[in-house]
Amino acid sequence: MHDMSAHAVQHHAPPTSFIRKHIFSLDHKVIGKQYYALALVAALTGMVLSWLMRIHLGWTNAAIPGLQSLSKTGAPGGVITPEYYLQLMTMHGTIMVFFVLTTAPFAAFGNFFLPIQVGAEDMPFPRFNMMSFWVTFTAFIVLMASFFVGDGPTLGGWTQYAPLNAVGSVGGPGQGAGVVLWATSIALFCVGQLLGALNFIPTTLDLRTKGMSLLRLPLSAWAWFITSCMGLTAFAVLMPACILVILDHVAGTSFFVPSNTVINDQLQPHSGGSTLLWQHLFWFFGHPEVYIAIVPGIGIVSHILITNMRRPMLSHRVLIYSMGALAVLSYMVYGHHMFVSGMNPISSLAFSFPTLIITIPSTIIVLIQVFSLYGSKLRINSASLFALGFISMFVSGGVSGFFLAQPSIDIMLHATYFVVGHFHMVMGVAAMFGIFAATYFWFPKMTGRMMNETLGKIHFWLSFVGAYCIFMPFHYLGMAGNVRRYSSFPDDFLQPLIPVHRFITVAALVTGAAQLIFLYNLIHSRFWGKPAPDNPWEATSLEWSTATPPPFDNFGGKHPVVYHDPYQYGVESSVGDYVMQVSPEQVKTEQEEK
Amino acid sequence: MATAVHEPPQIDQHRLPGPGRPGNGGWRNLVPADGNLRVTLDYSPPPSSTAIWVVLFAIAMMFAAFTSALIVRKGSSLDWRTFTLPSILYFNTLLLLASSVTLEVSRRRVATFMGGLKSQVVNPARWLYITLFLGLFFVAGQYVAWSKLRAEGLYLATNPSSSFFYVLTATHALHVLGGLGGLIYVIRKIGRLTLRRSALDATARYWHFMDVLWLYLLCLLWIKL
Repeated sequence: MHDMSAHAVQHHAPPTSFIRKHIFSLDHKVIGKQYYALALVAALTGMVLSWLMRIHLGWTNAAIPGLQSLSKTGAPGGVITPEYYLQLMTMHGTIMVFFVLTTAPFAAFGNFFLPIQVGAEDMPFPRFNMMSFWVTFTAFIVLMASFFVGDGPTLGGWTQYAPLNAVGSVGGPGQGAGVVLWATSIALFCVGQLLGALNFIPTTLDLRTKGMSLLRLPLSAWAWFITSCMGLTAFAVLMPACILVILDHVAGTSFFVPSNTVINDQLQPHSGGSTLLWQHLFWFFGHPEVYIAIVPGIGIVSHILITNMRRPMLSHRVLIYSMGALAVLSYMVYGHHMFVSGMNPISSLAFSFPTLIITIPSTIIVLIQVFSLYGSKLRINSASLFALGFISMFVSGGVSGFFLAQPSIDIMLHATYFVVGHFHMVMGVAAMFGIFAATYFWFPKMTGRMMNETLGKIHFWLSFVGAYCIFMPFHYLGMAGNVRRYSSFPDDFLQPLIPVHRFITVAALVTGAAQLIFLYNLIHSRFWGKPAPDNPWEATSLEWSTATPPPFDNFGGKHPVVYHDPYQYGVESSVGDYVMQVSPEQVKTEQEEK
Repeated sequence: MATAVHEPPQIDQHRLPGPGRPGNGGWRNLVPADGNLRVTLDYSPPPSSTAIWVVLFAIAMMFAAFTSALIVRKGSSLDWRTFTLPSILYFNTLLLLASSVTLEVSRRRVATFMGGLKSQVVNPARWLYITLFLGLFFVAGQYVAWSKLRAEGLYLATNPSSSFFYVLTATHALHVLGGLGGLIYVIRKIGRLTLRRSALDATARYWHFMDVLWLYLLCLLWIKL
């Protein structure tokens, strides 16, 4: 490192007031923490909603204390009505997909660590970065407001299929103001994410420090870069779709409601709209969104595993290319969500083929990770355990994707719990495990304190076993013909499956309660944890070469110079078995040693 | 296991600023010696030149989504009514094209000004003001077009064709207003002698893109409505 403070990049001066430091901060690190806090609140909210749904599914007539005060009509006497069940389900899906799985792995950790990993002092447009968070925060408030407006939040599912999303309150509780708030919230969220991409892409391309070529970027930085490119394309399409839905509601246009639509014996005033149009616009966003949630996890988990197994992945380049392939292919497969929509069967075939192809880069990624692990002396800690859990969940959930990629099989399974189990494992739990791994790994750098490892390991085993107990039976339920989105199962053929639902409910409550251990660990360690050294994991990338926590300008007025590939582990050096990226120390190859 | 050491890449000395080498692609900066040194010392492209492509890509994707919606909506319905576009749109098109020309003129004059030949250019922002007013006239002209349609009884919800007309033109006009904001930013920066070349370039790219986008929208509306 050499002193370049004389001409250091000074985008903005260090803040002095409380508001500039902690609320309307321009510092990417504070913004990253704000995103993390938002995701944490959203995750807890989403988890409580899932508890309510699970309790209702296991014991349909159970009265849940206090729920009546949230919605008198939705839960009279604390018993959830079928409509309110759907409202809870919609909010659970929306909150989790947008405000947790997109916000935490990408916006939170990406904001905090991308500039540091490339060796920059900040994002290039700090004001847009600040706006990005506050617009996202506003989007969350708007969404949560729908619980308290009119007849509650929308019940149309996180996919908000047409024409139900456009007909107004005649469509059921929450389909009036609830949908408008939902669409407004998501449109705002899109703006927030586009502002994020506006910073992430130039940060990666233009603000790399001296010596930091693209292939010297850590895998996590690559993952955030690829994800920001995906977000740029996907959210720019979802936003106009939301605008059209809002116009159908408030301006009386007819984009999505077909002619002669009769709902609740009332002929709808709209004419000629296309229901499939919404599905096309939505899934063009929706499928890349799955990868927006999971690709940061792939990068983060690879980064963490490499650090803990003390050797690089079998191929750095192939991992990057595979993540890129996932990003490109994710736009060509979205039609597989529409196999049962009445779309032309030839279109189904056209979407089925890339859907099978996209399993190839996914498989390559997993194989590289697994074969790199083979024979390594992995350091077992909370972060590496959750990284292993990520791979486990990604594989277990991904395998069922092979079945669903076939239109003929999908027709049978599409509306069942099989799909629910599939996407919860491959996208939901896997991405959550990526978030946990990242938290345990980077918490020392973010806060200056270590997390409790024993509690972390207990948290892992309870979450790991719990997640399998919850989501593996979903596949069984699906194959037994248990339809999804039903709030109760009075049919004869579904009655024998209720004990399975009760088992899942108990597992969900226990696994959810286990997250309180994480929450306790997070808060306790933040204030009373052991002080963290600058490089507790003996890692090589730039974030570990600066102070803990990093100073305002990340490198204390200096510009790091990068001399090495990101993962120089398993070598002989003056500090141990690794050489940091900023160390000018020569590294001997094995051949040279011999 | 170790891989060979890599030396940091050599920085092209010709692109670094120094005596006789202004850096930044041969452009001298308006930034005074005690101002922001980042640009003059930069050897990677300034972030705003990448960022503006990010912005343009997002806008292009947004209008691609609207276009596909228009095509699908028209193809799947029997209620589509065509109407004649208000003729003022063609006049507005000329205004917007002219504004691109004036922006280029002003860019050259600002370049001369930034190049140190300040005596030759008394007021480099004059043509930027002209561009600004042409842009304002364009938005006002679009408002006149909407008023004409309203007078004919064509409102937002009257027919899907009018819905798309209002949605597309209004969204474009909002983006033009954003471009006007960019022009005002550039003019203010010139006034304070703190303009960066990259900011002017980014604004110009955005503005020309609004031109191209409008020509595309006009063709789309002309063919489909």
